[in-house]
Amino acid sequence: MASTIRVRAISNGDTTEVQALIQHPMDSGFVKDAQGQVIPAHFIQQLTFEHGGKTVFVADWGPAVSKDPYVKFAFKGGNKGDEIKIGWVDNKGASDATTAKIQ
Amino acid sequence: MTLAHPFSATRRLILQSAGSVALLGLGGLSFGPAPALAAANDKYPEDAFKQKSDADAIKVLYGKTHEASDKVKLDAPEIAENGAVVPISVTTTLTDVISISFFVSENPNALAASYQIPAGTVPSVANRLKMAKTCNVTAIVESGGKLYSAVKEVKVTVGGCGG
Amino acid sequence: MTTRSAIRFALLALAALAFAEPSARAADTPDPVADAKAFQKFFTQKFPKVKLEDFVNGPYSMNEDMHRQWEEKEQFPPYEFALEAGKDMFSKPFKNGKTYADCFPNGGIGIRQNYPYFDEKEGEVVTLELALNRCREANGEAPVSYVKDEMASLTAYMAYTSRGKPMDIKIPNDLRALEAYENGKRYFYTRRGQLNFSCATCHVQSPGERIRAEILAPALGIMNAMPIYRSEWSGMGTTSRRFTTCNSQIRGVPLNPQDEEYRDLEYYLSYVSNGLPISGPGARP
Repeated sequence: MASTIRVRAISNGDTTEVQALIQHPMDSGFVKDAQGQVIPAHFIQQLTFEHGGKTVFVADWGPAVSKDPYVKFAFKGGNKGDEIKIGWVDNKGASDATTAKIQ
Repeated sequence: MTLAHPFSATRRLILQSAGSVALLGLGGLSFGPAPALAAANDKYPEDAFKQKSDADAIKVLYGKTHEASDKVKLDAPEIAENGAVVPISVTTTLTDVISISFFVSENPNALAASYQIPAGTVPSVANRLKMAKTCNVTAIVESGGKLYSAVKEVKVTVGGCGG
Repeated sequence: MTTRSAIRFALLALAALAFAEPSARAADTPDPVADAKAFQKFFTQKFPKVKLEDFVNGPYSMNEDMHRQWEEKEQFPPYEFALEAGKDMFSKPFKNGKTYADCFPNGGIGIRQNYPYFDEKEGEVVTLELALNRCREANGEAPVSYVKDEMASLTAYMAYTSRGKPMDIKIPNDLRALEAYENGKRYFYTRRGQLNFSCATCHVQSPGERIRAEILAPALGIMNAMPIYRSEWSGMGTTSRRFTTCNSQIRGVPLNPQDEEYRDLEYYLSYVSNGLPISGPGARP
C-alpha cells in the first residue's frame, strides 16, 4: 500500500525546507455522521522528522489540525540527496513512516 | 523489528498508566538511536490537548505565563475561506526557540498544535488548522526559557468542525 | 432525433436559408464567436486589474485575502490524494483488459480542453464525464455515479494532464450543435427556483461580491477549473455535482446529472471561455 505521507524537501543553500502532506481523516470526535452517530476521534498525535540520525522537527497534533494535514518547516543543513525520515502515530495506535530525498 | 524507543523507560511507564497506549506505536518506526532532544517537552502533551481554554492549555503545556511580542509574526487570514482548513503560520526573530504552539480560543479544546524545535531548526512553522468559529488564534513561542505570543482574530463564517 | 428536435431543426434550417447572406445577419441568428468576444470583454472591463488567464481561479481572483489562503494551500494542495487516486483509476484495466486510454484520443492525456464536444453522429453534446461512463459501458463495466469520488478523481487526473492548455471547444457547422449551444446559453440566463436566480444572477451580475459568506466566482473561466476540490466538501467534486447542488441551493429542483440541459450548459460556458487556460483540478472554498 502506498505511503500516506507525501514529502517535499528542498535544499536552499544552508537550509532545507520541508513540506509534508499526509493522508489522514483527522476526525475530531465532535462530528456526527448522516445517521446521527458520532464519528470517533481519529487523528495523528505525533509526527517526527529525522535527518542524519537527528530529530529535526516534532509535531504534536490534536484533532484541530485539518484533514489531510500539512506542515512546513526548515532546518539548517541537509544536502541534496540526503535522506529524511518521517513517521507518524495516531490515537488508534496506527502509524506510517517513509523516507524522502532532499532535492 | 527491534529498535531503540525514542522515549525513556520512565516516560513510557507514565504514558502507559495515563492510558496513552497508542503512543507505544512509535516503536514501529525504525528511527535508530534515540535522538538527543533539546526540547523539555518531548513527550506528547496529552493533558494540554484536553484543556478547554487558552489559559489552561498554556498553563498545562508550559507552566508559565506569556507576554505579547512583536518579534512573533503570526500570519492568518482576516476571514477564513472555510473553517475546516485555515492556513496559519508563525515566524520569529527570537533566538533559542525550542517550542512553537497554536491555540484557537473558541475551539472545544484550545490547543491545536505544538511543535518541538530542536537546535538547528528554523523557528518558523506553517500549518492548516480547524476553527469552529470566529475567535482569536494565539501563537506561543518559547525562547530562552520565556514565552512570547502574538494574537490575531480570524473571522470564520462556516465552522470548521464539520457542522 | 426526437420529433420535437426535428421540427426545431427544420425551423432553424428555414431561418438559416432566409438569412443566407452573411452580410445580412439578423439580430437573433446565433453568433457564438461574437458571444464569446462580448462575454470576455464584459468581464475584463468589469475587472480591469485581473489578467485574462486569472479568471479561471474564480473567487481567488476577486479577493486578496482569499487569494493568499489559496496560494498557501496550492503549495501542497489537499487534492493531491484525489489526483493520485485518479491516475491509478485511469490506468487500471477493465475486466476485459482494455483501459480508459483506449476510448480517448491520445490515450486520454492532454485532451480535457476539447470537452465538451458536439457528437455529430449521436446529435448531442458529449462531456468528459459522459464520455468516461460510456467508455466503461462499452467495455462491460457498470457506470459510476456522476457526483461521487470516482468520477471526480478520474476527471481531476485528466484535467491535470491538460493544465495550462487553452480551452478549445468547437461548434461544428451543424445546426444541431448551434442549437445545443443556444440551449445552454438560454439555460444560463433563465431564472429558476424559489430564489428566482439564474446562473447569470450570481456569476455575471455579482462576481466578487458575497452571497451570504461566499465570494462569487465570475462565469468567465468557471469550467476551466473543473473538477474542484472544495473545502466545503472536504473533497473533490465533479461538474455534475456542482450543477445539481447549485440548483438545490437556489431552491430549484435539480435535473439529473448529465441531463441534456446540463450538458448544453457546459458546452456554452466552456465555449465562451475558449482561450483561457485549463486550471483543473481547481481548489475552491
